[in-house]
Amino acid sequence: MPNPIRYTSPGRLAAALLVAALLALAPVLSARAETTLKVIPQASLSVLDPIWTTAYLVRNHGYLIYDTLFALDAQYKVQPQMVDKWTVTEKGLKYTFTLRPGLKFHDGAPVTSRDVIASIKRWEARDLFGQTLASYTQSMDAVSATTFSITLKEPFGLVLDALAKPSSNVPFIMPERVASTDPMKQIQDYTGSGPFIFVKEEFNPGSKSVYRKFTGYVPRKEPPSLLSGGKVAKVDRVEWIYVPDGNTGVAAMNAGEMDYYENPPIDLLSLMRSNPKIKVEVTDPIGTQVVLRPNHLLPPFNNAKVREALYYVLNQQDYLQAIVGDPTLYKVCPAMFICGTPLESKAGSEGLKVDLNKAKQLLKEGGYNGERVVLMDPTDQFIPHNAALVTASLLRKAGMNVEVQAMDWSTMLGRRAKKDPIDQGGWNLLHTWATGADLISPMTHFFVPANCDKAWFGWYCDPKVEELRKQWSRAGDAAQRKQLGEAIQQQVYATGGYYPLGQFVLPTAYNERLSGVIVSPVAIFWNIEKK
Amino acid sequence: MRTYILQRILATFPVIGVVVLFVFLLLRFSPGDPAALIAGDYATPEDIAKIRVALGLDKPVYEQLGIWLAALARADLGTSIYSKLPVTHLMAQRVLPTLSLAVSTVLFAVSLAVPLGTLAAWKAGTWIDRAVMILAVAGFSLPVFWLGFLFIYAFSIKLAILPVQGFVSPEESVGSFLQHLVLPTLTLGLVYMALIARITRASVLEVLSQDYIRTAHAKGIDPPRVLWRHALKNAAVPIVTVIGIGIALLIGGVVVTESVFAIPGLGRLTVDAILHRDYPVIQGIILIFSGVYVLINLLVDLSYTLLDPRIRY
Repeated sequence: MPNPIRYTSPGRLAAALLVAALLALAPVLSARAETTLKVIPQASLSVLDPIWTTAYLVRNHGYLIYDTLFALDAQYKVQPQMVDKWTVTEKGLKYTFTLRPGLKFHDGAPVTSRDVIASIKRWEARDLFGQTLASYTQSMDAVSATTFSITLKEPFGLVLDALAKPSSNVPFIMPERVASTDPMKQIQDYTGSGPFIFVKEEFNPGSKSVYRKFTGYVPRKEPPSLLSGGKVAKVDRVEWIYVPDGNTGVAAMNAGEMDYYENPPIDLLSLMRSNPKIKVEVTDPIGTQVVLRPNHLLPPFNNAKVREALYYVLNQQDYLQAIVGDPTLYKVCPAMFICGTPLESKAGSEGLKVDLNKAKQLLKEGGYNGERVVLMDPTDQFIPHNAALVTASLLRKAGMNVEVQAMDWSTMLGRRAKKDPIDQGGWNLLHTWATGADLISPMTHFFVPANCDKAWFGWYCDPKVEELRKQWSRAGDAAQRKQLGEAIQQQVYATGGYYPLGQFVLPTAYNERLSGVIVSPVAIFWNIEKK
Repeated sequence: MRTYILQRILATFPVIGVVVLFVFLLLRFSPGDPAALIAGDYATPEDIAKIRVALGLDKPVYEQLGIWLAALARADLGTSIYSKLPVTHLMAQRVLPTLSLAVSTVLFAVSLAVPLGTLAAWKAGTWIDRAVMILAVAGFSLPVFWLGFLFIYAFSIKLAILPVQGFVSPEESVGSFLQHLVLPTLTLGLVYMALIARITRASVLEVLSQDYIRTAHAKGIDPPRVLWRHALKNAAVPIVTVIGIGIALLIGGVVVTESVFAIPGLGRLTVDAILHRDYPVIQGIILIFSGVYVLINLLVDLSYTLLDPRIRY
């Protein structure tokens, strides 16, 4: 059989090869034109409504596709975001806001006052801070297409703080038709107002979510600072690809397949630190607080002496070693409102140190007689699981009869809502954790509120704490807030509301090709450039 | 034969019905609450109660079962509590990765295991037999996740010739699709290869001791012909059974392999649904899987008639 090349002239062959090479290169060239940021998120994304759930991953998804009226800067000060200017009446009873010109939703429709009011109302229905704002609000009115007002029943100094709430639930701005959805039901329309568009067609729940740059987004002129400033999308696509195994995630980073690993396992960090092409940095400046919560409704922790006894048993260092291990990533911190924030304080914690004899004495005074103490242990979550093992060991040393009940996280979330006695499925102690961004204020803090039945699980009840929180919400200046914050913390320590077990940070790993990664307690993806 | 097939197909329905009813009740009576998971760690009990009402989880179990069965009668498997997408859509998204992995694994395992197992039986007691059995025991004993990480380290990190993780659809790129399948197939295929090779060896060894094999040898038939035509065909029934069970298991999803290689398959969908108590997804998957299991078992049983003329239904 003749060789066809034999009949091809050198010129034609060269031309054919050139065409073939260009055809082969075409997809490469077009791929180069589009930059894609490949991210391993902290968990798998299935829910897409950041108002319907408080899950942090859904909050992060929300920050990609929605914008906010206000946002915190790196000094934790409130800065305008979608709002251009605002005025407050002399008595502080009426706030009038004007939106920035040119704001658009992903479908091209302009952002209007009606959209904003509907979004705030839906958020208020689900968020505790939002509910507080709603309780002070007399009316919200659209003055014009881009101006709206909030009229208060009585002065409330935290209107802007509420609208700038950084963590779950965040008051994201959605189109009115979306925000009109029943707050107890999920939205089905993901038209957003933020710098990226959610690509519904490519969504594979639990595995992959894709976002593309919204060219119609108008960023602020100011440089980005924490969650405020110019949200400039510098990549064309962001792909969240969930990698369930930490070893695989680290291998994918080392092989250069992925660009950004939000929370790699702490024990595998060294495998990436040794790779010069990967930066391992703490991008969350305040980190996470580990928490022990007693059930205030059931004995023995319905007794203040018994709750006080725990302060003389628990040692933050033990917990942080068990959970994190690397001392550069944690700090012993008694501040309930997080170390490194304006409300950081040691108030109420002075003099508290491990003293088993004192603890035993307090247990005796509290009438503890060796009753069974049920400690829930979600073994599939390393933070509360490791903490539960430490707590069990420490409490047993103090003479408590601790029963560790192993379960999965899902079971614990269901069971913690039970107020029944322990022989009917109730519980005495549980551990959890919360990002510092949620705990920087008495209004957003989960564990400080002491409004009994309405308080977080464990149902902490103390009228003095509630009165101080109310005063805090009306406080005019930072000095007064600081003073009241200390008083609140002192009272929570005095009454054993909950036990902060230390603060730690989870580093983020990213490829050296990336620049512009913003330091923030929330993983955000604007301003990141990929070379 | 036709009556038998019809009877088997009809028998499928009560089997699937019992499995699904059992799973439905088990889920409802097991601890864990999807409403609590959705509401998040910081929701109030009131929020959780409201979400439970919105999801219809506050209704009595018999009422929930009735609603689900009524939807099933309309061929509606329901929608995920979390993503609000139809269960059929979620399963359709995950079928291709799982099916690709299952097919490549079976092809790899069978094409290696049957010749190796037969060879081991033929050369029983020699170093070849021992070598094959050492390989089989190793393949069967080594943990899949460990093998997976070992392959990732060798081929993706050190040699940098294969991707670490993920799945690429053949529509996107056939080359990339095949590349992404190599390591998971190797990892999973070794286990199945070991299993099938051991069964093949044992089965062929038993057949080789039969009188008709001795007669074939006495008649002067070529040894390879005796082996492939007389021995292997008669040893095929248990081998086909094991292969059939393997296919059913693989289609059901291989969670560890899918997790190690971050393959978005049915196995991970199942585990995620269980961890999140996504009832409609779990029920839908179990319903489909039980049907697949029954169907594959039927096909295996029918294949016996082709392999052994003595078997008649």
